[in-house]
Amino acid sequence: MSSNDLTPKQRLAIERAKMTEQAPERRVTNFEEVNQGLPEAVAVKEAQRCLDCKNKPCIEGCPVGVRIPEFITALAEDDLPKAAEILLTDNALPCTTGRVCPQEVQCEALCIRGKKGEPVAIGWLERFVADWAAQHADTPKLFGNKPAKKTGKTVCVVGSGPGGLTAAGELARMGHDVTIFEALHATGGVLRYGIPEFRLPKAIVDREVANLESLGVKIECNVIVGKTITVEEIMEEFDACFVANGAGLPMFMNIPGENFRGVYSANEYLTRVNLMGAYRDDARTPVVRGKKAVIFGGGNTAMDSVRTAMRLGADPAIIAYRRSRAEMPARIEEIQHAEEEGIQFDFLVAPLEILGDEDGSVRAVKMQRMELGEPDASGRRRPVPIEGSEFELEADVIIVAIGVLANPILTNACPALDLNKWGNIIVDENTMTSISGVFAGGDIVRGGATVILAMGDGKHAANQIDVFLKNI
Amino acid sequence: MFEVISNEVLTDNVHRMVIKAPRIAKSRQAGQFVIVRSDADAERIPLTIADADVAAGTVTLIIQALGDGTRRIVGIEPPDGLKDVAGPLGLPTHIEKWGKVACVGGGVGTAVLYPLAAAAAEAGNEVTAVIGGRTEPLVILRNELAEFCDDVLVATEDGSLGTKGFVTAVLQELLDDEAKRPAAVFAVGPVGMMKAVAEQTRPYGIKTLVSLNPIMVDGTGMCGGCRVTVGGEAKFACVDGPEFDGHLVDFDELASRQATYEKHEKHEACRLAQQLNEMKRGQK
Ligand SMILES: Cc1cc2nc3c(=O)[nH]c(=O)nc-3n(C[C@H](O)[C@H](O)[C@H](O)COP(=O)(O)OP(=O)(O)OC[C@H]3O[C@@H](n4cnc5c(N)ncnc54)[C@H](O)[C@@H]3O)c2cc1C
Ligand SMILES: Cc1cc2nc3c(=O)[nH]c(=O)nc-3n(C[C@H](O)[C@H](O)[C@H](O)COP(=O)(O)OP(=O)(O)OC[C@H]3O[C@@H](n4cnc5c(N)ncnc54)[C@H](O)[C@@H]3O)c2cc1C
Ligand code: SF4
Ligand code: SF4
Ligand code: FES
Repeated sequence: MSSNDLTPKQRLAIERAKMTEQAPERRVTNFEEVNQGLPEAVAVKEAQRCLDCKNKPCIEGCPVGVRIPEFITALAEDDLPKAAEILLTDNALPCTTGRVCPQEVQCEALCIRGKKGEPVAIGWLERFVADWAAQHADTPKLFGNKPAKKTGKTVCVVGSGPGGLTAAGELARMGHDVTIFEALHATGGVLRYGIPEFRLPKAIVDREVANLESLGVKIECNVIVGKTITVEEIMEEFDACFVANGAGLPMFMNIPGENFRGVYSANEYLTRVNLMGAYRDDARTPVVRGKKAVIFGGGNTAMDSVRTAMRLGADPAIIAYRRSRAEMPARIEEIQHAEEEGIQFDFLVAPLEILGDEDGSVRAVKMQRMELGEPDASGRRRPVPIEGSEFELEADVIIVAIGVLANPILTNACPALDLNKWGNIIVDENTMTSISGVFAGGDIVRGGATVILAMGDGKHAANQIDVFLKNI
Repeated sequence: MFEVISNEVLTDNVHRMVIKAPRIAKSRQAGQFVIVRSDADAERIPLTIADADVAAGTVTLIIQALGDGTRRIVGIEPPDGLKDVAGPLGLPTHIEKWGKVACVGGGVGTAVLYPLAAAAAEAGNEVTAVIGGRTEPLVILRNELAEFCDDVLVATEDGSLGTKGFVTAVLQELLDDEAKRPAAVFAVGPVGMMKAVAEQTRPYGIKTLVSLNPIMVDGTGMCGGCRVTVGGEAKFACVDGPEFDGHLVDFDELASRQATYEKHEKHEACRLAQQLNEMKRGQK
């Protein structure tokens, strides 16, 4: 029966698909992907749950406006090339977003089917179609790799995270000559050094980058803008610039003992493990493989850190969070996966001091319990300390994952860039900064945000840069 | 790929390498460093830019092959290249016209000291270099420093060259002699040496700058792994330093943090392999 023949009632009767996952007890022993993807038949059936709503509320929830019902309807009809073409036209990195978007607060949050029951698994379907397309890359047209007429204009993109990659791809497709400057020795930004292999295999990042290179994008690693070259010098060499250098400045808790051995920022811990491969036995870069790990924070970074610590041998691996479960900003799926894996959660606690042994290695952390008080400005009830509730938690690894600020290395060297009081670059509605021809987007503008928002900025900026280049 | 133009052995395990890196050569200032990876799965190793030639587009590094990372770097000969060289990182050195300046270098710290001493001399200071090592072959850059220093004093632990003992003994002689007493001191070397120098100069209130060498990863302020305590505040050595006021640095914490991975099996394995090699060499 073709999908078109299904009545709404029949569609409503289909239950939401289940993701094939590695079993928890197995996956905590490896770094392979937890989610294994939907089999084709399951994906097609899940697609048939979509009601193809006339007013398409789900699209409203997607920062880049993926034509969700259209690609899903094509999938429901098992027309994968068509589904892929729609998806890839709207979303430059769908293999990535299908895995890491916080769907439950974006597209799926607005899906009609979620009103009564469970929303269509838009993220999983996106992943399915994107993975299919990646494996059937014989149709370059699908990837929007249409040869564009060269414009002769040059654009420099700073940073190869999702924001920079998206902008570079769009600009190359418009026929501009694009060069990416990346500070690290490898591309991908947080996709490479932050998000672990078990959530986003690095082969996907490699593929997306290879895709860009096939479009003619030049990538120069080891170029730290603000040090190796300044924005000013870039503007002498290029016609325009898009700054997407992320928000790489780790925050610490400023409590005593934070410099003991074994206390890491999440950035350092995850960079050692992901970028430098410290989880592999043959890696050159070491990391302290703790037996007891305590992680401070409740976001994706904290979840990635704690699950990594467990995979490196920590038991217990504990999340210590100052608010309650409901307030944790991490993706729901990550919290669920962490719970299944045996991660312990200690809510409404705050660290007072980190304690070390005689050789300067961390041995424990002194904590205090909190209770929820009056709501604060954000409307969330503020945690307040409970007197006399201090306790000690043993730990030989502590990871601080309480957030990031804007890294000032680029902006310090470019005083002409207007910044807000947190050090983020200020842009106008066309994503242009206070310097003509210099655009910016992603975390450096928004503060720590999401992959898809950075990509949305990249896409928007590319369009605005195109307009700018036509006028110079 | 960053082409290795030359790789010469200075002493035992210390190499001088000239590397093609035009952008870095152009923007580099004294006191800054690069992060180097020899090949695809290598560690990121911070190394001071000892010198640069803008016209040739090259930078000079002086590297002591200590562990796996540095040994793999010095193992690369022309016409091959280093996979990654990123920089220039860190703040340029702070140079004033102080008058008399003592530049104290221990072991490979002398390599880090060299560009600072050159910059100090360039700024019109009267520079005395005080350099040392365990034994004569480990004292590096003596002739190079002599080119612009007013005096180069040497100390070796075994007395094979210059004064027998530590560089601090030689520095003490300068401090004791009012005519020679420096107005500023640069000290670069093992943590213990920098700490000792800072304690020596403290009673005299002599400005003492040290270049710190914590373990680093990115070198761009992204990871915080290089944090050091200076004047009670946490600083990231890669972006706020590497140079700091020696009288304010918590050296004990730095020494402890540097030893974080000493027990790391991989390094243990490397060391064992090295010892084995040395034994084999000894037998030949
Ligand atoms: C551990 C972790 C997990 C996360 N999980 C999720 C998730 O599940 N879902 C989600 O949507 N979001 C997640 N996020 C947030 C998301 O990754 C970021 O919002 C997103 O990557 C921002 O993209 P960007 O392009 O702005 O910057 P980044 O990804 O930070 O990339 C910036 C790039 O610029 C480079 N760079 C920095 N400075 C310079 C310079 N001076 N010169 C040249 N290059 C420079 C950096 O090395 C980097 O490669 C997570 C973040 C972290 C840290
Ligand atoms: C800003 C800066 C500039 C530097 N400049 C130079 C230079 O010009 N020439 C040079 O030869 N070296 C320099 N170093 C030191 C050099 O980076 C280390 O020797 C190197 O990282 C050791 O790596 P490895 O893999 O060879 O040895 P490993 O096997 O990692 O370590 C060998 C031994 O050195 C210790 N160690 C590890 N990292 C460091 C470190 N960063 N500093 C000191 N000891 C360390 C280890 O605990 C171990 O005992 C500099 C370091 C910094 C931070
Ligand atoms: S990009 Fe993200 S928000 Fe948009 S449809 Fe895909 S999963 Fe949903
Ligand atoms: S809201 Fe849900 S059911 Fe409606 S079109 Fe979007 S995905 Fe389909
Ligand atoms: S080395 Fe990472 S912040 Fe300094």
